[in-house]
Amino acid sequence: MANSQFRSFSADSLRSDRSAGDRARHRQKVRQAIRDNIADIVAEEAIIGRSGDKTVKVPIRGIREYRFAYGQNKPGVGTGEGDTVVGQTVGQGDQSGAGQGHGGNEPGQDYYETEISLEELIDIMFEDLELPDLERKKLRQVPSEHAFQRKGFRRSGIRVQLDKKRTALSRIRRKVARAETNAEAEQRFPFHKEDMIYRRLMPDTRPQSNAVVICMMDTSGSMDTTKKYLARSFFFLLYQFVRSRYVEVELVFIAHHAAAAEVTEDEFFHKGESGGTVISSAYQKALEVINERFHPSLWNIYAFHCSDGDNFPGDNDKTVQAAEALCEVSNLFGYGEIKPPGRGIFESSMLETFARIKADGFHALTIHGREDIWPGLKAFLQKDRAAQAVGGA
Amino acid sequence: MRSWDVDDLLAWDERIREKVDQFGLECFPQVFEICDEEQMLGYMAYHGMPAHYPHWSFGKSFEKLKTLYGYGVSGLPYEMVINSNESIAYLMRNNSLCLQILTIAHVYGHNDFFRNNYTFQATHPELTLSNFKSRADRVRRYAEDPAIGADKVEAVLDAAHALSFNCRHNAGVRKLSPAEQRERAIETARPPRDPHQDIHPTQDAPEPNLRRIPLEPEPDILLFIRDHNPYLTTWERDLLTIVHEEAQYFIPQIETKIMNEGWASFWHHRIVSSLDLPADLQMEFMVHHSQVVRPHPGSINPYYLGFRTWHDILRRCEQPTPEERERYGGPTDGMATLFRIREVDRDASFLRQFLSGRLMREMDMYEFGPEDDQYVVQRVADEDNWQQVRDTLINGVGMSGFPVIHIDDADYDGARKLHLSHAYDGRELELGQAEKTLAYLHRLWGREVVLETTLQDKPTRLRYDQDGFSSRPAA
Repeated sequence: MANSQFRSFSADSLRSDRSAGDRARHRQKVRQAIRDNIADIVAEEAIIGRSGDKTVKVPIRGIREYRFAYGQNKPGVGTGEGDTVVGQTVGQGDQSGAGQGHGGNEPGQDYYETEISLEELIDIMFEDLELPDLERKKLRQVPSEHAFQRKGFRRSGIRVQLDKKRTALSRIRRKVARAETNAEAEQRFPFHKEDMIYRRLMPDTRPQSNAVVICMMDTSGSMDTTKKYLARSFFFLLYQFVRSRYVEVELVFIAHHAAAAEVTEDEFFHKGESGGTVISSAYQKALEVINERFHPSLWNIYAFHCSDGDNFPGDNDKTVQAAEALCEVSNLFGYGEIKPPGRGIFESSMLETFARIKADGFHALTIHGREDIWPGLKAFLQKDRAAQAVGGA
Repeated sequence: MRSWDVDDLLAWDERIREKVDQFGLECFPQVFEICDEEQMLGYMAYHGMPAHYPHWSFGKSFEKLKTLYGYGVSGLPYEMVINSNESIAYLMRNNSLCLQILTIAHVYGHNDFFRNNYTFQATHPELTLSNFKSRADRVRRYAEDPAIGADKVEAVLDAAHALSFNCRHNAGVRKLSPAEQRERAIETARPPRDPHQDIHPTQDAPEPNLRRIPLEPEPDILLFIRDHNPYLTTWERDLLTIVHEEAQYFIPQIETKIMNEGWASFWHHRIVSSLDLPADLQMEFMVHHSQVVRPHPGSINPYYLGFRTWHDILRRCEQPTPEERERYGGPTDGMATLFRIREVDRDASFLRQFLSGRLMREMDMYEFGPEDDQYVVQRVADEDNWQQVRDTLINGVGMSGFPVIHIDDADYDGARKLHLSHAYDGRELELGQAEKTLAYLHRLWGREVVLETTLQDKPTRLRYDQDGFSSRPAA
């Protein structure tokens, strides 16, 4: 018979990765799928409250390929271990081992988990927001140390900055310019120092800006775990958003019941308090903190207050006043009223009171459950965009 | 585990080829490429082809294989062979010497099968590589053409992929030319010959409708659209051709999976057993071999089913039971029979003829179906039921696993709507898939498409038009 041949693998052979393009395109489609499902993903407990650069497993529907196929109702055939009897169960209906194998044409449930970093997920989330770059406050020029920008070319430089293409072109130009001496044409025509063209790099200085997120929460007796969880989710996303826009982001936590105090993050989320509710106390505290440490000309201020809206009625006028003062100094000030369904029917609401606030950059919203968090944040930040658009015009 | 280098493989290959010749296998020239995991995954994603057009689905397939492999859910195959002349096979660099020997012998089994089985006769193995290369070049050219672009190419490929297996399933049935179809239509319309026509009144022959398009129900959906949608551009037509041709290339492999894997396993077993391996290699070989051809409880392992069936045919020829001797005669030349069968059958005909009740009982085969949330055994292959179990099996193998759908009118309602029928055989279409596939069909055809099928025992009409999908009981 005919001969055979072995082609050996060589580890150092340059291989072209032809699947790279198709993988990138698939990845792009997966990202799109994540974007389409982002509200569901955010509503999942798993990503809320994670800190740091952890990876998140996101269950998504794979990018499916469709064709005409038989449904689940068709029978299949299997082999057993010698003792199979009629009526015996051989697998689960959904994702069974039994479903696979026969024929091999199962459409299959194309669900799989994709693992992405929290960072990337947040990127995708904010891509979904389609927000324009926010206003940069007048700020310090901070030269960032590692970034360089290409700015033109020069004749001297170091080897790594040599622009090979331009250098080769300049040699050819020189050669063409000398073309009249035809006899020498066949000879070597070496590079000359004058041919060398180097890229010119300049340190990239960009305006860098800082921001502070002021988280205020009602810790009165009526704020239970569910309400706190919803508030926390909202603050988490707000913080992530602000972090994606600014170099340095500070967090301030203010807890209040009848009186307000600045607390640590841990206390903020875990310490139970009780007592009445005086919202203005929190706003006053926030104004104090801003005055002391975060001057509005240097800081972008994002303030948000979560409460179930059960305020001491006598405090309402003072609260509106303080809220308006807060709006003056911050980019955005928001109020989220947390009303899980079935609870708080008899509680009062601050939404009507806050309707009196006319300031730009104020936004009030209601959060009934997890699924409202992402749309809520979106609405909150779109308010910001609208304000920008007006301001910029 | 013994280490090896290419010289070892050459030496073993030489010995294996001696056996291949001796046993009478007829192979194409064989090239082995030794590759690492990453390359193997790459080849698998692109069906083993060194050149292939780009599409995101191959990227998906690569990621999926890599993930499953990375988590240890599935291993990589020991080898991969492509049907071409010369045949190309990929060997995993990290496999042990014993696995390489097993694999090389296995590859020659596939090679012989590709070369001799009739379903592969139309695949032009000598052109395989250049055909795939040419298709890849064409698709890339369209994608790079600024007047077309990758997005439009992707959209057509997405749609074409969805319909690529809606085509003539059986290579043994020849497609009639338009002239032959016409002739047959006239022939069918003619009244049957009447021996007493002298005394009978002249019968009115119904006028055959020769303006109907297509004249006969047409299974080749992509080709039909290519030829009958006048609004398609040249490059769109070419993409449909490319996807159709590629599916045609792969259909014989789908149609003969069980036979082919069984045949290769039969031969690696026979060849390696005759090599007088050193004791340690022999032990390792036995372990690997039994892993390959072991039953997978709850499903069908084609290696196992094929291997057992080929062996059973050989046994029946050479040592028939008294009962078999009485029915079929014998004993006969088993090897000659095997060689003949590997030429003329495909999985469906192979199993129908040679999967005996006795063998099915030995393998404890059964039929299961969904009941509530579970799959429950509904029949076992006992004396009374084995034929039904076998028929269910045959319904799921090869292209029988894909629904049969014909185009029967391209000018439905006189409005150039496309009318199709699903040949319902008790197996329902999956509605979600059907909806999406009809959307693709609608995109390619450009007008309303209607599909008649049966859902929950009622004739149902699925429709896709500019307003989207709808499903109603058929009038």
